[in-house]
Parts: sequence; structure tokens; C-alpha cells
Amino acid sequence: MLAHRQQKLAIVLFIIFGSALAIGLVLFALKEGINVFYTPTEISAGEVGQGQSFRVGGMVKMGSLVKEGLEGAEVNFLATDFCNDVLVSYTGPLPDLFREGQGVVADGSLDNAGTFKATQILAKHDENYMSAEVKASLDAAESASIEVCHQ
Amino acid sequence: MWQWLYKLGSPKWFYTIGNRVLPWLWGVTGLLLVVGIIWGLGFSPPDYQMGDNYRIIYLHVPAAGLMKGSFYMMALCSAALLIWKIKMADIVAKAVAPIGAMATLLMLVSGSLWGIPTWGTWWIWDARLTSSLLQFFIFVGIIALRSAIESRDSAAKACAVLTLVGLVNIPIIEYSVEWWNTLHQGASDLSLRDSSANPPEIWIPAFFTGFGFIGLFFIGLILRSQNEILLRERRSQWVKDLLLTDNAKADTESGINTNA
Repeated sequence: MLAHRQQKLAIVLFIIFGSALAIGLVLFALKEGINVFYTPTEISAGEVGQGQSFRVGGMVKMGSLVKEGLEGAEVNFLATDFCNDVLVSYTGPLPDLFREGQGVVADGSLDNAGTFKATQILAKHDENYMSAEVKASLDAAESASIEVCHQ
Repeated sequence: MWQWLYKLGSPKWFYTIGNRVLPWLWGVTGLLLVVGIIWGLGFSPPDYQMGDNYRIIYLHVPAAGLMKGSFYMMALCSAALLIWKIKMADIVAKAVAPIGAMATLLMLVSGSLWGIPTWGTWWIWDARLTSSLLQFFIFVGIIALRSAIESRDSAAKACAVLTLVGLVNIPIIEYSVEWWNTLHQGASDLSLRDSSANPPEIWIPAFFTGFGFIGLFFIGLILRSQNEILLRERRSQWVKDLLLTDNAKADTESGINTNA
């Protein structure tokens, strides 16, 4: 390769890696701020202050969902990351996918008792799709899944 | 291989090869899209919890792939332009930008439409969605930058540099779902591996539409590049000859029509 072409190549590589490094450092510095939700483990570790508005993400713990009020408009459930739980209380419309064992992201804040008062509930869908027929046969077989605890 | 690439670097060669490839490309692309869409919308089984909503993946996933592919193509062309000053590289980079922008928009809109019934919201500022929206602005920014600079060579260089800087965002989009907590799910394992939780009858149509989208991408790339070639080379002899013979052909055809 000619000398001035090599120089151009070096400039191109400098642009790519220079901007990658700069943006990488920014993202690293913002790491916590970029997370769209906190896990129950982070909350029990005291990373979020009382009254602070934030989102909590996890699974609706099996057997923890309690519906109250008119047509079950008020719900209480435990959001879990399989290490720690957070009690979530919410009144309002729910997404279709919301149920026990399903991923959930709730927006709101912690009250004095440590209950998470949610103002919005979103359902988190995982990356897997399954046909209705396969799901039915799986349910029949009652396959148990092993969850891995992070942190 | 190198010689073939070298020839593609010549606008005249690109124009002629493009004309030869296009009919085949149209045929294959049409077939892939028809099979993929009919299979995906009509024959793959509904998801156990989303019902028919999940079928948006047959558009959403290929659109996301196209966004990524378009930008890689633009980045390659930008590097080729800056290092070797290849004229064709700039033409292709210019041709691909609006295709990538459209793919990104399609990805954002289809994802939002899926999010309403599934998540319960059409938008959330999580890392995946935010970086994808940023990617759309990068595409639009490159198009705007090009039209803002009058000198073609300066515009080409500025766009190439902006494209290389914007390249940083592609891995961020890709790994955002792993690096941070997001509402958007991780990448689906669409493969025949035993570990894959996704059955083939659900993802195979996505492969058809995916390759169909790649076909559409190259059709758009060739047509838009050819257009740009004619515009830039309009003073060269081969373009004049080409247009004269085309006009002559049109004249004789219309002549026959008036006689009949």
C-alpha cells in the first residue's frame, strides 16, 4: 500500500476507535443511569432512596398475585429476581401479558413501609416464542425450569 | 475477486452489471417475499401468549437487519472513499442512506405497534429503543449533511467521516439488551440448535422475509446508484451514447405506434 494510503487508513481507524473509545467512556460513566429499571436486589441493597421515582423490574413471583377491588382493578404482587423480592401495589389497567411468572417493569416509588407504589405496569416479553399447541403439551408435561440467580 | 471489485469501482461497469443483475434480483426477491409473507401471516402457528401479534417479527427483525446491513455498507464505502478515493464508493454510500433510514423507521414503527398490546406502551426510553432512534437520526443527519454542502467532494468526505463516527452506535444497539436492563428483550435464538427455544415453524418465514429484504436492499442500491451514475457522468461519452440509443429506440417504438 502506498504511504499516503496508509496514512489515510490510519486516519480512518483513528476516527472509528477514537469515537468508540470516547462514547464507550461516556456510556461506562452513565452505566447505572442507562438501566431502565432496578432489580429487587439493587433495591434491597439501598441503591434507591425513599420517595424517589424509578422503575423496578423482575418476575411476578408465582403465587404472590392478589387482585382486589372492583373487577380486580387493584393488584398486589411480589416482583422477584429470584434473590430478593419487592412488594408492588398498583391500581389501574394492566397489559394483556401481565400474570404470575411473567416479566414485569413497574414505574413508581417506594413508600415508608418499603412497598413499591406503582403508577404504571409494563409487561416484559422474553426472546422466546412458542406456539399455542406446544405450550399446551408442555404444560401437560409440567416441565420445571431452573432459574439462575444473578449477583 | 480483486479484479472484479476493481471493475465494480468503475461507474460504467457498475451500470452495465447492475442492468444484468436486476431482473434476476427482482425475481428472487419477489419469490422470497411472497413465500415469507404468506407463510408467516397465514401458516405459522399463533404464539401461546401473544396470539397473532408476534407476526410483526416477520417485518421487525428483517428491518433491524437491514438497518445494520445498510450502515455497515455505508461505513465500508466511507472507508473506501477516504482511503482509496473510489468514486463508486461515494455513489453507493449516498444511494444506501435513505434505504437505511426507511428500514430504521419501519423497525421503530413496527416495534411500537407490537409494544402497545405486549408491553402496554408504545415507547420507553430504554437503551435499545433510544439507541435505535439515535440511529434513525444518524441516517437522517448524513442525508441532511450531504445536501447541506454544495461541493460534491467536500460533502462526500464529510458524510464519510460522520458515517465512521456513527458506526459506534451499531454495536451499542446490538449489545444494549445485554449491557443494560431494558424493556426490550434480548436477541431471539433463531436457529436449528437444540438449545434454541424457538421452533422452526415460527422463525423460518422470518428467514424468507429477511432474505427478501436483503434483495430489496440490493435492488434499491443498484437503481439509486445507477441514477446517480447517470447524473454524475452525464458529460461522459458512454452516457451520451446510451441515452441516444435509448431515445432512438423510443422513437422507433413510438413511430411504429403512430403508424399502427
